[in-house]
Amino acid sequence: MNQRSKTSFKIDVQLVVYYIILVTLGWFTIYSSSKNQFVDESFFSFSNLYTKQLVFIGTSILLAMVILLIDSRLWIHYSTHIYIASLLLMVLVFFVGTEINGALAWIKIGDFSIQPTEFAKFTTALALAKFFNEGKTNKEKKFLWVNAFFFILIPILIILAQKDTGSALVFLSFVILFYREGLTGWILLIGIFAIAITVFTLYKNEIYSIVILTNLLALFLFLHRKNSTLIKRDVALYAVGILFVLFTNIGYQHILQDHQRMRIDTLLGKVKDPLGADFNSNQSKIAIGSGGFWGKGYLNGTQTKLDYVPEQSTDFIFCAIGEEWGFVGSFIVISLYTLMIIRIIILSEKNRNQFVRCYGYGIAGVIFFHFFINIGMTIGLLPIIGIPLPFISYGGSSLWAFTILLFIFIKLNEN
Amino acid sequence: MSQLYQKRQYTIIGIVFVTFIVLGFRLFYLQVIDNSFRQSADRNALRKIIEHPARGLIYDRNDSLLVYNDAAYDLMVVPNELRTFDTVELCRVLNIEKKELVKRIEKAMQWSKMLPSLVAQQMSKEDYGYLQEKLHRFPGFFVQNRTLRHYPHPIAAHILGYVGEVSREQIEKDPYYQMGDYIGLSGIEKAYENELRGTKGIRVVLVDVHNRERGSYKGGIEDVTPIQGVSLWSTLDLELQKYGEELMHNKRGSIVAIEPESGEILCIVSMPSYDPNLLVGNVRSKNYGILSSDEVNSPLFNRALMARYPPGSTFKLANGLIALQEGIVTPTSIYPCPGGYRMGSHTIKCHHAGSTNIYSAIQISCNTYFCKAFYNILSNRTKYPTIQKAYASWEQYVNQLGFGVKFDSDLPYELKGFIPDTSYFDKKYNKAWNGNTVVSMGIGQGEASVTPLQMANFMAIIANKGFYYKPHVIKAIGSKESPNTRFQKRYETGIKPEYFDAIIQGMEMAVIGGTARSAKIDGIQIIGKTGTAQNPHGRDHSVFVSIAPKESPKIAVFVLVENGGFGSTVAAPIASLITEFYLNREVKRKDLEKRIIDFQ
Repeated sequence: MNQRSKTSFKIDVQLVVYYIILVTLGWFTIYSSSKNQFVDESFFSFSNLYTKQLVFIGTSILLAMVILLIDSRLWIHYSTHIYIASLLLMVLVFFVGTEINGALAWIKIGDFSIQPTEFAKFTTALALAKFFNEGKTNKEKKFLWVNAFFFILIPILIILAQKDTGSALVFLSFVILFYREGLTGWILLIGIFAIAITVFTLYKNEIYSIVILTNLLALFLFLHRKNSTLIKRDVALYAVGILFVLFTNIGYQHILQDHQRMRIDTLLGKVKDPLGADFNSNQSKIAIGSGGFWGKGYLNGTQTKLDYVPEQSTDFIFCAIGEEWGFVGSFIVISLYTLMIIRIIILSEKNRNQFVRCYGYGIAGVIFFHFFINIGMTIGLLPIIGIPLPFISYGGSSLWAFTILLFIFIKLNEN
Repeated sequence: MSQLYQKRQYTIIGIVFVTFIVLGFRLFYLQVIDNSFRQSADRNALRKIIEHPARGLIYDRNDSLLVYNDAAYDLMVVPNELRTFDTVELCRVLNIEKKELVKRIEKAMQWSKMLPSLVAQQMSKEDYGYLQEKLHRFPGFFVQNRTLRHYPHPIAAHILGYVGEVSREQIEKDPYYQMGDYIGLSGIEKAYENELRGTKGIRVVLVDVHNRERGSYKGGIEDVTPIQGVSLWSTLDLELQKYGEELMHNKRGSIVAIEPESGEILCIVSMPSYDPNLLVGNVRSKNYGILSSDEVNSPLFNRALMARYPPGSTFKLANGLIALQEGIVTPTSIYPCPGGYRMGSHTIKCHHAGSTNIYSAIQISCNTYFCKAFYNILSNRTKYPTIQKAYASWEQYVNQLGFGVKFDSDLPYELKGFIPDTSYFDKKYNKAWNGNTVVSMGIGQGEASVTPLQMANFMAIIANKGFYYKPHVIKAIGSKESPNTRFQKRYETGIKPEYFDAIIQGMEMAVIGGTARSAKIDGIQIIGKTGTAQNPHGRDHSVFVSIAPKESPKIAVFVLVENGGFGSTVAAPIASLITEFYLNREVKRKDLEKRIIDFQ
């Protein structure tokens, strides 16, 4: 008895509160955006998304309680096994999977579908945490980052094969963990520079980018005129840059699928087609923008209710929040996510156990990536990438996976 | 290693925080600064469906329905909401060629991309039902309920008027109207458009992304129920109007009957006419084309208000009144008549010989008497220094008697006839003219022309002994108890009532033993005056005016039958039958009635 009350006291209340608020808000939003106000429907019918989500929430709470009750060492000990098991589950999809919205990512069991990809997010975090936590020999340290990237590359390749680009990109979020664990900061700068050059190349054309790179080279050659090693490095980087620009264009034209290219073109404003390619993005912005400061009021959103916004209960659920709760509601939601992510980082840093810290940074990255990409796409900052908004979007797999992901961290922090 | 990179947590927290700021600002921009999204959302989801009110009904003076409404269904299009659809199917339902459909949609686009325009008018109930069911397959189209005018009795077409689609100019003038709306284009429909059109309603409905209506917006809080146009009570007597048109069967001309004490028009016939039901709905433009190109009958031409006839002998009554008022003659003054009025080499003939006073002059329609009287009015140099002054004074009397001016009442396209002014004669005769130059005006010939309405009103003035209310066709608006206040002003003529007594007595004598004997009715004291308006193009026009009963008159009638010959031949019997019908509600003289109807 004494032991148990002590246990519950050590649970991080802040994270649990953020979780409860987000999940509750999620259910009410799903109710609003999926309820057909023009038809009398039974609340208890399982054809309603909101009734199903209620079941998902109930089972998620059960999962959370189970996680809080079982020994946290289990996760540390079996992390690699769990990771491999999740990878196998993803591979299983190729054999018994069902295709939904063009992505072969679902395993159907009765009326419910499971998306193994969702679970791979926390299993990868577990595996990476274990990987960084183990003492490394010097030889192993030499290839540390190559090995680390393999942990995320495997799920990425499997998911890409299932044509679920959005979910694959999520695994890039572990770079945040890598950075914290010592990956050179250049990787971030180069990453940002690469994104800038890519956008520029796609927005204008490769000639512009090459001119800019050449100018930068000239600048650095002038600055480094007395140091021949630096000059060599500058020239080498320049060559890589040029190759990257050329590859960007070729990759853009030949690797991306048509609809993906279209999403990027519309975001960059190269294509104006509000009734066609631009429709979803445009309607999504209209939904959020029309909410104004105070919103239209709960259950009063027209954009989401009348199906102008696509996927209004899953990937585009933020539209319903923006439309019905306005800037006030939207701001509260982004604040909650930001607070939750920063809280996870603070707790990770406080914890002396490197496994916990690495797991914490891993999941902070995943939540952050989902949060930024999902909301960014609904407000027209980013191209449309179909990933759910954690804790809020409709969907069993997503909610279960994020619940497990968060509560393992809460449990790990207990000790 | 971990200690080494501990400070990197701040970079990471920084990235998270910057992201938070970026998202926050973007949201603030979308939701607070940029206001355009609210409109976009409303444009998406809210469709304002105009609910057209039914036009007001029109009753006759005895509560019989003259005009009512029928349901009709129009197909509308909002060009902006169009998506690809099955043109073949729609063309089949509408029974039009694809080219025609494309043309109509292009026309709609030119007018407005956002607002609904008419694509097809008045579909049948079956087509309406069929389309309504499949409408979700035709995004951008919707069906609007409308009403069409219907006339239970095919009479009084000119006065009732017709409705048609509004023109671009009318839309620009009055924002009430939208493309495809109906507006009164003539007659009562035009004069009382504001009363009849009612108030449009608006139904705000939610439309989903598939163009399906999904219910009313906020439970109909912004809906406005259409209010039907106000009903009107006409001054017309349906039965009398019908009877008048029957009597004028196969003739050209006009009947105007007025209730003197109020100026209410009891019947106003212009022949040839047409069935008002011809100018309703989608057959309107076709039929209008046929009617307007009929140059032989010109059925659209409203003779009662627009024709200019020489007034003929009936105008002698006006000159008699002016001569009495001006003191040129007294009721007992006698002018000798040698069988004509001689001026130099020219003579205006008379059909009799002997002396006349005003009574007998009216009774036998003596040209000499009225030529002399008119000449003397213009030659009164003690009162007027020049003929111009004298004529201007005469003209003023004539205007006060309702000639040469418009009443501007509720009648459509009324013309004012023509009473020449002094400058007209100055120009024509190079200022060298005298009473004899223009003397034919004294007996209603010459330059002057009047409309049937003016003549009927003149009879009302005589019946009232000196005043009139503007002749009009609508007596009550909204309910029978709320009178039309526009026509309650009494207009004075400036001629003393006692002078009218002389005129009335002359007209009575004309019926008893003069030119107007054919107007006599047993049991009704009718007084009248014939006129034979000279027609340079053919047989003279038969004209008759009458008032009955002599004591407290109830009906003043003007009848003109083109090429009908003498006034007593056909016009007088018609006036007599109209009077009998109106006062007795039945006509006993069936033989006369038959002879008149058969008269051509």
